[in-house]
Amino acid sequence: MKEILEATLEKLFADQLQPEQLIASEQTQWQAPLWTLIEDSGFSLAMVPEALGGAQASWHELVGVIELCGKFCLPLPLPESIFANWLLGCCGAEPITGPVSIAAEHNLTVHNGKVTGEMRNVPWGRSVSQVVAVIGGEQPLVVVMAPSVSCTVTETTNIAGEPRDHLQFEQAVAELTVPLAAGLTEQVVLLGGAMLRTAQISGALAESMLLATSYVNERVQFGRPLAKFQVVQHQLAVLAEHAAATRVAVQAAFAQSSGALAELALMTAKIVAAEAAGIGASTAHGVHGAIGFTHEYRLHLLTRRLWSWRSEFGSEAYWAEQLGQAVCRAGAEQYWPTITRQELSA
Amino acid sequence: MSIEQFNYCEIPAEAEALRGQVRDFLQENLADFPPLARADSWMGFDPEFSRKLAARGWVGMALPKQYGGADATPFERYVVIEELLAAGAPVSAHWFADRQSGPQILTYGSQQQRDFHLPAICRGERFFCIGMSEPGSGSDLASIKSRAVKQGDKWILNGQKVWTTNAHRAHYMIGLFRSSDSDSRHGGMSQFLIDLRLPGVTVRPIKDLTGSEHFNEVFFDNVELTADDIIGAEGQGWHQVTAELAVERSGPERFLSSMALLKTLIDVVGAAPDKLQAKEIGRLTARLVTLRQMSLAVTQQLQEGQNPAWAASCVKDLGSVFEQEIPELAQLLTDIAPTAQGGCDHALVLAHLMQQAPSFSLRGGTREILRGIIAKGLGLR
Repeated sequence: MKEILEATLEKLFADQLQPEQLIASEQTQWQAPLWTLIEDSGFSLAMVPEALGGAQASWHELVGVIELCGKFCLPLPLPESIFANWLLGCCGAEPITGPVSIAAEHNLTVHNGKVTGEMRNVPWGRSVSQVVAVIGGEQPLVVVMAPSVSCTVTETTNIAGEPRDHLQFEQAVAELTVPLAAGLTEQVVLLGGAMLRTAQISGALAESMLLATSYVNERVQFGRPLAKFQVVQHQLAVLAEHAAATRVAVQAAFAQSSGALAELALMTAKIVAAEAAGIGASTAHGVHGAIGFTHEYRLHLLTRRLWSWRSEFGSEAYWAEQLGQAVCRAGAEQYWPTITRQELSA
Repeated sequence: MSIEQFNYCEIPAEAEALRGQVRDFLQENLADFPPLARADSWMGFDPEFSRKLAARGWVGMALPKQYGGADATPFERYVVIEELLAAGAPVSAHWFADRQSGPQILTYGSQQQRDFHLPAICRGERFFCIGMSEPGSGSDLASIKSRAVKQGDKWILNGQKVWTTNAHRAHYMIGLFRSSDSDSRHGGMSQFLIDLRLPGVTVRPIKDLTGSEHFNEVFFDNVELTADDIIGAEGQGWHQVTAELAVERSGPERFLSSMALLKTLIDVVGAAPDKLQAKEIGRLTARLVTLRQMSLAVTQQLQEGQNPAWAASCVKDLGSVFEQEIPELAQLLTDIAPTAQGGCDHALVLAHLMQQAPSFSLRGGTREILRGIIAKGLGLR
């Protein structure tokens, strides 16, 4: 299934996502026709259980799909929709067919089915039909809210022009509330969002590397292609190492996430991908010279996303601190066993 | 070549099953082994330990059963060696034979060479060193000058090798020599199996910057070998040595050298680290987890019989940056000065690894050589 999903989506994206269109999307925002195409292709329901009408794909089968969303800079919340529907499916709830986003940061409270509070940095919050969040407590709840009917929107965008909106709810009626599935924690949306961004980074990073290697083979200075200069070769070698590290870390995070999300692998992937995003963007721009700094050349579509995504759903600093605290708490004797078990100590 | 060579894989259950056995063995045999000794990592030389390990079947385990090996898969060997390395077990005596000389003899050696060497390697009784670098040939290995000249049914060796780890206590060397003139830069070289007790061989240890003796210079003055002492085909030395280097660079020893320090650092930082300590230890942990996954991807390539040279170069370069950064971060994160004598375990281990760290990006190929290999694979050279 993995190969079919990837081949289908890659063809759709290659047909639909030209640089001009991406730049336009940063101005006009919601790409309704493209969303319809994607929705009709069924990708947003890929992980929904068969019993609820989905394809019941695993995260392992979906990693390439999310990487493609990064590679092609998809200006729509397909990754978020896939995750939201996975989460709803885990909790036995019906999937949402329209565009749906997720909120990891919020201070929502729920009383008698009415929700109050603010969601922050919701991807495409102004445009999606629904947003999924988890409200913690003794019995964590998954809530589905409909921003178009029940909230005040403060529009914010990341540096790639992607909406990351704040949504304020006052006594709003939830579309749905359902108990969080056993085995999942209230951190699930933060972890899941981080997981999506790592795969998007992986896709965009590999594409940046391809652009950089083909550019240095074409561009001639001092009578030879830039690729023939050792100093350029070594920079791109280091970029390749980080892109490879990101690829493997992301695959590990997805493969190890089935019923629950694999915490250690996810933290690892976000830290490694965030670091690689910075190194990758810097190196790709460095070897491109001035052309890479223009609006016309498409490198910035990738690098502005790398700079955005590395900070979303927990920055490198956030996850590194969490991971460092966890391994220090467990102590030196437990350190190596944690690495080989690939699971943090309880 | 591309990063698509790197794919996540899981260690098969039968290989994973060895982990507990190795841990029990280490608990039994190295319980009181001090952190400073563990910091020597795969440079720690202890023939007695190597023989005990061999008795458990964990030396030369990847070699066929008919020679005393275990026909172990690359993943089974991986589990055993990563446990040994993470614990800082003294594996240096048999390390080079286990990692490369044994497999080299199996692949390229004659039946007689296999019968003579492989069982002794598997018993942990025969130690090897690798004769590649020379005074005028470091990174530029193809420029070696040491010569092997055929005289009747003998080969006569003359020349000098240098930086040869363990030559002063190994039994045999597999050495690269120029055996004929060739128009090709990479032609005319052959590999030889050399008994280091032969007349005309002189081994002189070279003290490293800590004053320890691990590496040596080795002189060859009309050393007589028989016609049977060539390994592989005459003139195929460069091809063979390149394959050997791919194996030499592929393992977890390329990022686990500073494990002892990472553990003492976590010890001194304690269960409630400050923000900076937590962040940096978290970053190191993420990189370690990832390097290990990358190394397993290389192991998968070995398992599938693919050439791991490009991917191994990526892991080794990233790995040596990682293991070199640990002493630097230890300096950033705590106010404990390194001590060469006295002081706490952490101070001693820090001093040791800070001084060893420069070697991490030299041995097995400098970072410039590795990045050159990677760039070539990317289509840049």
